[in-house]
Amino acid sequence: MINIAVCVKQILDPEIPAKAFKIDPEAKRAIPPKGAELVISDYDESAVEAALKIKDSYETKITVISLGPESAKSTIRRCIAMGADEGILLSDALFDDSDSFATAFVLAEAIKKLGDFDFILCGRQEGDWDAGQVGSGIAELLGIPSVTMIGKIELKNEKAIVERVISDGREIVEIPLPALLTVGSEIGEARYPSLRRIRDASKVEIPTWNAENIAVAKSRNKMLTLFVPTREGRCEFIQGENPEEAGSNLAVKLRQAKLI
Amino acid sequence: MTERKGVVIVGEFSDANLAPISSELLAIGRKLADESGQELSAVFIGNEISDQVTNEAIFFGAERVYVIDAPLFKDYLNDSYVGALEQLDKEIMPETLLLGHTSLGRDVAPRLAFRLDTGVTLDCIDLSIDAETKLVEKTKPVYGGNAIAKYICEEGRPQMATVRAKAVSPLGRDASRSGEIVAFDPGLDEVAMRGKVVGRVKEEVAGVKLEDADVVICGGRGLVGPEPFEKLHELAGILNGAVGATRHPCDAGWCPYHYQIGLTGKLISPSLYIGIALSGSSQHQAGMSGSKIIVAINNDPEANIFGIAHYGVVADYQKVLPSFIEKCGELSSKKGPDIGIEIQKEGRSQNE
Ligand SMILES: Cc1cc2nc3c(=O)[nH]c(=O)nc-3n(C[C@H](O)[C@H](O)[C@H](O)COP(=O)(O)OP(=O)(O)OC[C@H]3O[C@@H](n4cnc5c(N)ncnc54)[C@H](O)[C@@H]3O)c2cc1C
Repeated sequence: MINIAVCVKQILDPEIPAKAFKIDPEAKRAIPPKGAELVISDYDESAVEAALKIKDSYETKITVISLGPESAKSTIRRCIAMGADEGILLSDALFDDSDSFATAFVLAEAIKKLGDFDFILCGRQEGDWDAGQVGSGIAELLGIPSVTMIGKIELKNEKAIVERVISDGREIVEIPLPALLTVGSEIGEARYPSLRRIRDASKVEIPTWNAENIAVAKSRNKMLTLFVPTREGRCEFIQGENPEEAGSNLAVKLRQAKLI
Repeated sequence: MTERKGVVIVGEFSDANLAPISSELLAIGRKLADESGQELSAVFIGNEISDQVTNEAIFFGAERVYVIDAPLFKDYLNDSYVGALEQLDKEIMPETLLLGHTSLGRDVAPRLAFRLDTGVTLDCIDLSIDAETKLVEKTKPVYGGNAIAKYICEEGRPQMATVRAKAVSPLGRDASRSGEIVAFDPGLDEVAMRGKVVGRVKEEVAGVKLEDADVVICGGRGLVGPEPFEKLHELAGILNGAVGATRHPCDAGWCPYHYQIGLTGKLISPSLYIGIALSGSSQHQAGMSGSKIIVAINNDPEANIFGIAHYGVVADYQKVLPSFIEKCGELSSKKGPDIGIEIQKEGRSQNE
């Protein structure tokens, strides 16, 4: 039996158009625009998919862990609908505004409490603050090896053979277990849960742990300011009698500007 | 306890050449060192590191270069690299430690920060000394680039950051500069290192490399399939450029992953960028907003990309592209080799 923990985060939909994106400079966070959805952070979904790919071939138990507000239960339930076995929410006012250091600390404490895992999987970076450190941080706090930016996982003789995506290709790394891996979208498209599974998952109880159950750490980094950069509009629109003519006019324009 | 002092950058190289990120780190490290009256050092980790690399680091601004050179460091593994930097930190106690936001830096920096019980900020686009606190103020895009945040590290030392490629211009190379080169043995137990690199797949790029290309043609989700990429390659051949993509075409398998430009893909700054059927999300812009001239073809006049474009055509790309390619063929002075679809090849690559 392979035991996998996957850490997932619920975030504000990162694809909301820049025009609708607003921040509260006092609270130093984004203000969700009307109707904006809370979603699972992209690469965390890839991490769930990576766990499910292992489960496709081996007897596996997948535990989903999320640190966040009560609403994050819906993200955990979505992972269960995708095929994870159980979930746990870590929620406390004391966890709010945690930086990556404090977040990784709480997650690592929860993982220790939950028991022994062969794999701990995280997304390569979160889709809101883009911090990119929680996975490596958990590995360090637990004292286990880590490989980041994984596109493929295979098991061989109690070890994992993983493909790490680097800037000019891939590295194949053999790593002893237990190990922490951070996953990228190269793992493949995440499976879509069936309606029946979504319905079943909606009934699953998600236990919540708070600061009475797990220790808290102090943040290391402090945010001084948050602001939205200004962009100046300056686009010259190239016209034509029809789109075809606009196309050749564009080429003429670029030639005149000595760009081609 | 002795006081921490000095700025250290973790340099990178390929073969005997200093990687561009190293001279960029030296430039921003030099600025921080000068503003706080401290020394700037570089450290290189690898096996059989060329003297040319260490000398160049001095020419680009380092006063001292630490060399951690042993067979153990031939392949990159975070156990050995983090271990080596942990020992160096103990030995020289820097106040500030900087890495590139590269495959190496992204992996080493967070693990090292947690081991040293300090805070790190990844993917910074600027660093400066805060006048009031004298701490390093770290500027980083967040929310996919929709916003910018500034951080300081109050708890823990050294202050750490990774710096985005091309965010800083290198200082002028000055071959008359001199500095000290120090070999450092971290004394790691080789047997205790976990993991092993057992193979490599290197991307072979036929034609101009995306990161180096002067002209980039980028395709988005609106292309709806792999076939239109052939047209993009045709155009790239005419303009002697390279083809890239937003994330969706890569996720969908219309083109290889190494085409991806953006926050989690490649970073480009060509003279000319032509974006076709893509919206210009903030995550995509994070990888291409440094382009000198931006051209967009999109049928939605409200698309984000027009907010940063210099020239635009609002229309269905399928109608615009053929005549655009034809006219470029007539007019272009840049004709290059036809690039074609890229191939993946087995092979070994150097420490990147
Ligand atoms: C953590 C994270 C990291 C990410 N990293 C990256 C990254 O590195 N790079 C990246 O690109 N994305 C990245 N993304 C994804 C990003 O948020 C966007 O989803 C993506 O960039 C959108 O790609 P697109 O512009 O091609 O697609 P869309 O936003 O769907 O835009 C398609 C555009 O094509 C236009 N169009 C459609 N048909 C036609 C036609 N026939 N003619 C003309 N125009 C047409 C439409 O008007 C539309 O504007 C990331 C997301 C997250 C959450």
